[in-house]
Amino acid sequence: MGKDDTRAGPLVRRPDNSAFKQQRLPAWSPMLTASTVLPFFYLTALICMLLGVLLLLTVQSTQEIKVDYTEAGTCNICLQKRKNVTNGALPCSCTVVFSVEKAFRGNVFFYYGLRNFHQNLRRYMDSRDDAQTVGRAGNLKNPSTYCEPFRKDKNGLPIAPCGAVANSIFNDSFSLVYHGSTGGFVPVPLLRNGVTWYTDKNIKFRNPQKENLTLAQVFEGTAPPPYWQKPAYALDPSDSTNNGFINDDLIVWMREAAFPNFKKLYGVLFRANKPFTKGLPVGNYSIHINYNFPVQHFQGRKEVVLTTLTWFGGQNHFLAIAYLVTSSVTLLIAVGLTVVWWKFGRNGKNMEK
Amino acid sequence: RRVRANDREYNERFQYASNCIMTSKYNIITFLPVNLFEQFQEVANTYFLFLLILQLIPQISSLSWFTTIVPLALVLSITAVKDATDDYVRKIDYLLSVSFIHFKHQSTLQNEKWMNVRVGDIIKLENNQFVAVSAWPPVDYVCFRVMFFFLCEGEVVCEPPNNKLDRFRGTLYWRDKKYTLTNQNMLLRGCVLRNTESCFGLVIFAGPDTKLMQNSGRTKFKRTSIDRLMNTLVRWIFGFLVCMGVILALGNAVWEREVGSLFQRYLPWEPPVDNFLFSAFFSFWSYVIILNTVVPISLYVSVEVIRLGHSYFINWDQKMFCSLCSTAAEARTTTLNEELGQVEYVFSDKTGTLTQNIMSFNKCSINGQTYGKRLDFTQFNPLADPDFSFYDEKLLEAVKVGDSHTHEFFRLLSLCHTVMSEEKSEGELLYKAQSPDEGALVTAARNFGFVFRSRTPRTITTTEMGRTVTYSLLAILDFNNIRKRMSVIVRNPEGKIRLYCKGADTVLLERLHPSNQELMAVTSDHLNDYAADGLRTLALAYKDLSEDDWEEWSESHSNAEKSTDYREDRLASAYEQIEQEMMLLGATAIEDKLQEGVPETIAVLSLANIKIWVLTGDKQETAVNIGYSCKMLTDDMTEVFIISGHTVHSVRQELRSACSSVKKNHMTMYKNHSFYILRSFREMSLTSSFCQAHALEADMEVEFVSTACACKAVICCRVTPLQKAQVVELIKKHKKAVTLAIGDGANDVCMIKSAHIGVGISGQEGIQAVLASDYSFSQFRFLQRLLLVHGRWSYLRMCRFLCYFFYKNFAFTMVHFWFGFFCGFSAQTVYDQYFITLYNIVYTSLPVLAMGIFDQDVPDQRSLEYPKLYEPGQLNLLFNKKEFFICIAQGIYTSLVLFFVPYAVLSDATQSTGVPLADYQTFAVTTATALVIVVSVQIALDTGFWTIFNHVFVWGSLGTYFTIMIALNSQTVFRIFPNQFHFVGSSQNTLMQPVVWLTIALATAICIVPVLAFRFLKLDLRPQLSDTVRKTHQWCFKTVCVHILSIRTWLMIT
Repeated sequence: MGKDDTRAGPLVRRPDNSAFKQQRLPAWSPMLTASTVLPFFYLTALICMLLGVLLLLTVQSTQEIKVDYTEAGTCNICLQKRKNVTNGALPCSCTVVFSVEKAFRGNVFFYYGLRNFHQNLRRYMDSRDDAQTVGRAGNLKNPSTYCEPFRKDKNGLPIAPCGAVANSIFNDSFSLVYHGSTGGFVPVPLLRNGVTWYTDKNIKFRNPQKENLTLAQVFEGTAPPPYWQKPAYALDPSDSTNNGFINDDLIVWMREAAFPNFKKLYGVLFRANKPFTKGLPVGNYSIHINYNFPVQHFQGRKEVVLTTLTWFGGQNHFLAIAYLVTSSVTLLIAVGLTVVWWKFGRNGKNMEK
Repeated sequence: RRVRANDREYNERFQYASNCIMTSKYNIITFLPVNLFEQFQEVANTYFLFLLILQLIPQISSLSWFTTIVPLALVLSITAVKDATDDYVRKIDYLLSVSFIHFKHQSTLQNEKWMNVRVGDIIKLENNQFVAVSAWPPVDYVCFRVMFFFLCEGEVVCEPPNNKLDRFRGTLYWRDKKYTLTNQNMLLRGCVLRNTESCFGLVIFAGPDTKLMQNSGRTKFKRTSIDRLMNTLVRWIFGFLVCMGVILALGNAVWEREVGSLFQRYLPWEPPVDNFLFSAFFSFWSYVIILNTVVPISLYVSVEVIRLGHSYFINWDQKMFCSLCSTAAEARTTTLNEELGQVEYVFSDKTGTLTQNIMSFNKCSINGQTYGKRLDFTQFNPLADPDFSFYDEKLLEAVKVGDSHTHEFFRLLSLCHTVMSEEKSEGELLYKAQSPDEGALVTAARNFGFVFRSRTPRTITTTEMGRTVTYSLLAILDFNNIRKRMSVIVRNPEGKIRLYCKGADTVLLERLHPSNQELMAVTSDHLNDYAADGLRTLALAYKDLSEDDWEEWSESHSNAEKSTDYREDRLASAYEQIEQEMMLLGATAIEDKLQEGVPETIAVLSLANIKIWVLTGDKQETAVNIGYSCKMLTDDMTEVFIISGHTVHSVRQELRSACSSVKKNHMTMYKNHSFYILRSFREMSLTSSFCQAHALEADMEVEFVSTACACKAVICCRVTPLQKAQVVELIKKHKKAVTLAIGDGANDVCMIKSAHIGVGISGQEGIQAVLASDYSFSQFRFLQRLLLVHGRWSYLRMCRFLCYFFYKNFAFTMVHFWFGFFCGFSAQTVYDQYFITLYNIVYTSLPVLAMGIFDQDVPDQRSLEYPKLYEPGQLNLLFNKKEFFICIAQGIYTSLVLFFVPYAVLSDATQSTGVPLADYQTFAVTTATALVIVVSVQIALDTGFWTIFNHVFVWGSLGTYFTIMIALNSQTVFRIFPNQFHFVGSSQNTLMQPVVWLTIALATAICIVPVLAFRFLKLDLRPQLSDTVRKTHQWCFKTVCVHILSIRTWLMIT
């Protein structure tokens, strides 16, 4: 039997002759050659250049005004007032005046900005309960332990919305007034909705629902976060659909900023009526601020930003300049490489060695 | 050790090892705990377990527990699967070895399994048992050819278990009588019973005590230099990790003091933390958790997978398959492949490695007459072996005429040997010889009409010129390396006693009768001629003994045999005593043909700067001749040094003069071909052992190495197996070079085990060498393919893999470091936790694995055509500490770009709807996407050989990234686990933004452009040979075609 096997073929144990096993798979083996690398460099340089110029032109067409109101105008009083914790709940409002030299054309966006406020601390970011804010009844009354120490108030009532993020919500409110050319004061209308991501407003944040109960009744047995002046279900008296967890300002705040200096959208100019149909006309404006948010504790600053946008967003010089710089550096490298190649490596002279 | 036959109760008191050898480590129940326990003994795995525990502490946990446990579980399970498969294979072996035997216990014969056999049992073995290829009769037994009840009451006292295969000492006590037991009474585990129907035996050693097991367990674990480098680097990375942790913890302390304490209103410290130092302490551990990905958890397992792949490629290689013996190359160790690409010294055995070890009787000298020319035997002798060919008619004539010397010559050849014969039918003789030389000689005698037919312990039957003659065999004075000769004493049918002796000429010629002077001179001339032709020579002699002589000697012999101490020495002196004053008959010359392709292989290997040393037990002339015929030595090697001093002093003298002459000539000659024979080894070893000689002359070692390494070729003659290993150790110690030893016989096992890489040639001399080796194949010429193709590719792939692997982990992890400066050193991660979990095991693992397995810089035939391509491996150029730092630097640069470009862009950017983009989730998605794209582009640049797999894996990984990310950010999973998947909608929102894509494009360009420029410059100004080869042989058209082809194949597969 053994004999038959050996006679049957010495090739019985021979490995298969497949391209895979013999490592002869068809393959593309690209090489860095002058004819591929140099054009690639020039092309990259060109594309970056074009993009840079395009971005620069786009950015130039936008306008932006930043007003730091931490202690500007009459706000100085409020700042002092807020320094004292006992006065924390007392209302304080102030006004800051600024002028627009060149009319803002198109949609105008109104932001509030904070400096040196760390929304990106690990424990801060963890201190929230998404199950609660998506309207789970169980989590409403029994928030996640991640919310500590803002999970339950002194009386042991669960806090809704719980956690450090919600508790520290930015609670200044603004109204913008245009000092008309005729001397009259025209309030600038701001649209306060549509400032959130669609997914946040419709998926991530939902109010807890119970049959036949109003929002206030649903929230019964919960406490507002300690620093809040109003409970969650009464955040916006003017619009009943903007209360509870789906309040726009809350949602905006709950989307934590990645860096300590950030701005968040407050409202968009409503352009239905004159004189704002084309944007913001030239002239003086004043902002009336309900100054609630204390920043002096952490040496922060508060500001208001007004800006117009293009397809690519707001005023963002960095990207345009970065593209231009990259383009020129690439071009330099490309030229350098060409020279080197021309002088030393052309026609594979080095290769022959 | 005392063993009483057939008395289990008595023997069990000593608790001897049982024969139940668990070659498999696990069973189904113990597998999980035992395997896990073993795996956690690895430092890396323990480290990750430690991390896991850290993550369970809420104050520290900066990452969810699953970011560590998922990769760890994956790594552990892959390793577990591998272990389980290995173990299963071993288990199959074990099951095979369980065979039934006749088992004698308490006076009844019954069948038992091997595993139930105990020490002291009496067993019956049958002829040809365990002929099955992989059977391992797992006991050593004493075997007596006596009735078994003789044993039943016996008691054996013998030496404790040891690993010396060739000796055994023991005494059998039976009814107040003592019998000496020697190695000849032993049947060792692994043997096969031959030439007898059956025998009874007493089990002396079982299981792990058997000599085979004692010999096998000692293999030390070999590691490659890349392994060692990798371990060093991983240790450095640990250090780096701790430094990072300390820096960030200091940062945290400062930040908490300056800023964090003011921020307490919004975020009070967690209960156990009451000051900034405490917080910094926690922060350190948190950062250790976050940054742990710089120590890549999947590194070791990926390396294993790649090596396994390379091993399979070696096993599958058709060009390393020998169709004659139907054996494919086999990578028996899967962990050494890349070392094959770094070999500098090859130590080769001669016989069976360079040569075929198929001996043919080629020439002979009988009574001063030399013979040797072609001839056909079949008409002359119907019992002739058809494969035999000899080339001289005169010899045949001499046999026919009946020349007595010629007859005596062949009679000696047919009697003086240890060959076993097997005659299946009349005329169909099959010889089983321990050494091919003996086989050749017996075959020669057979063809000249002196046919060895069969043997029993007391007789030898031959057919002499058609007449059957039975000699009674009085004694066999067996062969060993010191005696270098063997003799038999036989009584012929006429009653005359004669001693026949054959052996090495040097030994034999000293022991001749003085009357042989003249014949000896002529024969020595012939012997020298034969040796110069590269033939292996033996001298033959006989001696007539009178009845008295025999009586006298046999008494002293049996005395020596019975003695328990210094038995070997006494025996040797007894032998010495009778092997004197012999009459010279003549000499034989056996040719051992070179294997196919040996000169070409040696030429290619030496072009690849691999130095080949031949270590042989042959005599100097034979070795030199083989050296010339396999082109190791060539005629343009003008200087040949022969070191053959007999004393330490003269050896040193010769070494010094050779050394100085080499030095001189290096200055003047362009190519200094020199050749070097070290015969002195033998002489030095005579003083006691080589080791001692070196201990005495420590400076000699250095001198020898430096002189020998200056030479182009080195041949060491007359070396013993141990000396072979010592030469290898010497080079390993003094040259720090990678060594490879190749051999085929049991005498090469030492050398194979001590070299970095051992290669076994599966040939005529059994499988000990193969079993000890790391790689095995059947022809020496496959060595060039193993080294220049497989080794080179493995090294290249492993280096590219490691470079990329460290790069991608640094690029990934260091982003957290930069982010630390912006998030108050609070150990906030940049990426989503799922991204961190999956980055190493899903998003970036397969493309780099595909590169590590399939990459080729030049096709295989080019690396054989340009052996110089092998050099980068020897010089360790492709992955070393410098390359590592370059990779790390590149990784850190990439992480800088990946952090700061998105930071600068996004912190001020808004969507076209006015919503700012500076939120954390957008930033996380942008950075992660940019990272995946940059590392994918980088692997695309690194991949030099795009097979279908590379395409599928690279594009597939990118596709998988986007798919998984969108799936994890979908509302479905969010609805189920809102707290776990809070990134809902962020990928859709982010990836819709042109700004984000512009950012990613910019980051990619900034990362890739310098790399590309650097590589192009290197290629242009300082091209490697492989680049040149690639360029000359590459073509646009062809590659385009091939590419289209590959896509087509791919389409066909899908």
